[in-house]
Amino acid sequence: MNRIEQLFKTKKNNILSIYFTAGHPTLDSTVEIIKTLVEEGTDLIEIGIPFSDPIADGPVIQKSSQTSLENGMSLKLLFEHIKDIRKDVNIPLILMGYLNPVLQYGIETFCKKCNDVGIDGTILPDLPFDIYQEEYESIFDKHNIYNIFLITPQTNDERIRKIDNASKGFIYMVAASATTGIRQGFEEYQQDYFIRIEKLGLKHPRLIGFGISSRETFQHACKYANGAIIGSAFVSALEEASDLKKGVQGFIRNIQ
Amino acid sequence: MKYTVDKKGFYGEFGGSFIPEAMYPNIEELRMNYLDIMNSTDFKKEFKQLLKDYVGRPSPLYFAKRLSEMHDTKIYLKREDLNHTGSHKINNTVGQILIAKKLGKTRIIAETGAGQHGVATATVCALMGIKCVVYMGALDVSRQAPNVLRMKMLGTEVIPVESGNKTLKDATNGAMRDWINNPWDTHYIVGSVIGPHPYPDMVARLQSIISEEMKWQLKKQVGRDYPDYILACVGGGSNAAGAFYHYLDDEKVKLIATEAAGLGADTPETAATLAIGSPGVLHSCRTMLMQNEDGQITEPYSISAGLDYPGIGPMHSWLHKIGRTEYLCITDKEAVDAAFTLTQTEGIIPALESAHALAVLNKKKFGKDDVVVINLSGRGDKDMHTYIDIMQKKINI
Ligand SMILES: Cc1ncc(COP(=O)(O)O)c(C=O)c1O
Repeated sequence: MNRIEQLFKTKKNNILSIYFTAGHPTLDSTVEIIKTLVEEGTDLIEIGIPFSDPIADGPVIQKSSQTSLENGMSLKLLFEHIKDIRKDVNIPLILMGYLNPVLQYGIETFCKKCNDVGIDGTILPDLPFDIYQEEYESIFDKHNIYNIFLITPQTNDERIRKIDNASKGFIYMVAASATTGIRQGFEEYQQDYFIRIEKLGLKHPRLIGFGISSRETFQHACKYANGAIIGSAFVSALEEASDLKKGVQGFIRNIQ
Repeated sequence: MKYTVDKKGFYGEFGGSFIPEAMYPNIEELRMNYLDIMNSTDFKKEFKQLLKDYVGRPSPLYFAKRLSEMHDTKIYLKREDLNHTGSHKINNTVGQILIAKKLGKTRIIAETGAGQHGVATATVCALMGIKCVVYMGALDVSRQAPNVLRMKMLGTEVIPVESGNKTLKDATNGAMRDWINNPWDTHYIVGSVIGPHPYPDMVARLQSIISEEMKWQLKKQVGRDYPDYILACVGGGSNAAGAFYHYLDDEKVKLIATEAAGLGADTPETAATLAIGSPGVLHSCRTMLMQNEDGQITEPYSISAGLDYPGIGPMHSWLHKIGRTEYLCITDKEAVDAAFTLTQTEGIIPALESAHALAVLNKKKFGKDDVVVINLSGRGDKDMHTYIDIMQKKINI
């Protein structure tokens, strides 16, 4: 069974998912970050593939992406770094990034490689689900890679149902009408959206992400979904940490 | 028509709509409505009226007698440089502001490189009394100070983009991020035939006024409604798209487009996307891109800020692939030489972008009786500082 599937079978609430950009803050910090996150009880990890033009990201992740590229990170090197990760890590791992680096790597080669090293899923924000279904789904299926889709406060109910039907694993609920970033609290429209989605009774579990930055926002999001995803706030903490391991520990302990 | 976009928004394998979900409702709204709006009598009437009284269309088709004698052929210049604000860009912004109004939008965003599209957008927003925000790479803000000040004088907020290499590509990222953050009231006026479907098709249609006029102007001046050749420069490809549009299916008309080769298509300092690029996805469409083997977009270079883009409209990727259009590389030097030649034989100072189309005259021999139309996409006012630097030998070309 795909590890994503497994996670949602065994845990229904307060699922903590962490995003960080591979190759940031230093080129070879990726594995240490993953291992520490697992030790601290993180349920799911999204490893960011850096891209030169991350249009759905705010300043923090943009900057981490740029630093990572300057450090020399690439998809090839990332696969190299995580090739033995399954010796120590059992939680689901997802690669998140923009379509172009994956296209240049080759979709089929990419999916096969993901399966080889033990990646369970992908999040590709600029791959819309209709194009995915038409052109790529069979390849992802063949290698048992779950491609996760996003919905936003602007996505209408009819489309959400379509996405729900096409989904595997979980649905990524983008919390805000915004790019990624650190925000305090939630506005009324976000609250309304959380309630609207809860009432739809979707088939798939949901994680809420974008703007989740603290214990308070994490706990609040968890009331309306199976868990939440923290990105920018974690990346920012890594940026500031003088000791990587302690930085990760401190951040996660503050959330949980 | 054989070469236009298909139902799903593709030109062959190129184009489409590779958008984050956050942009879907706005793009879908535009896709569902743009053709109905553009075909409505209301829109047509208003658009035509503004193009005539405000932009100053039709733009003349000028027989360049001395330039023709020099090259022993018949050269006609389609004078988009005489449009209000100085380039073809205004054809698109007038059209899109009307579409935005019909969609009930109250805020406009745009990206700009050299500032021509930014000025054209700021202008129509001033005209309609609509709030306007233009994203411009921080490097371009400092390089193109006069256009920044024009936009500000027009009441537009200019936001310098500090990410990436701080040029046109980053400005486009900035505008897209703005749209994700402001999905309720905003229309994004994309400046060329790039971006997700329906932008490439919509912008091409709005620019197609160029070849529409060419038809009757040629009929009147030459006695037949088609030329033998049409020459245009390509950045994203909108002036070329407009100049080619009504002749795409007419295979006897030969189409030549020029990419900016910068210091040479075989050097790293180039913007010749088709010459050195490969297919990929950037700014929500699948098209030819300048990129490294890891799929990271590389930074282009050209003396002309308007051609300094690491991609090209999907329509051009397709026309290139199937061979309907010939794409040539023009270096900085070839463009600058052509600009000085036009200035001194015809008394017209062209934009550096347009000079890349003029430079074909020195690369290709045309027949004595060939009718060659060159799309003079813009005037050189904005490039005077570069021309002055060249004359004063402050920069070496
Ligand atoms: C005068 C002029 N010509 C051409 C271009 C290139 O754009 P496009 O290829 O969309 O016509 C620009 C862009 O700024 C321009 O200002």
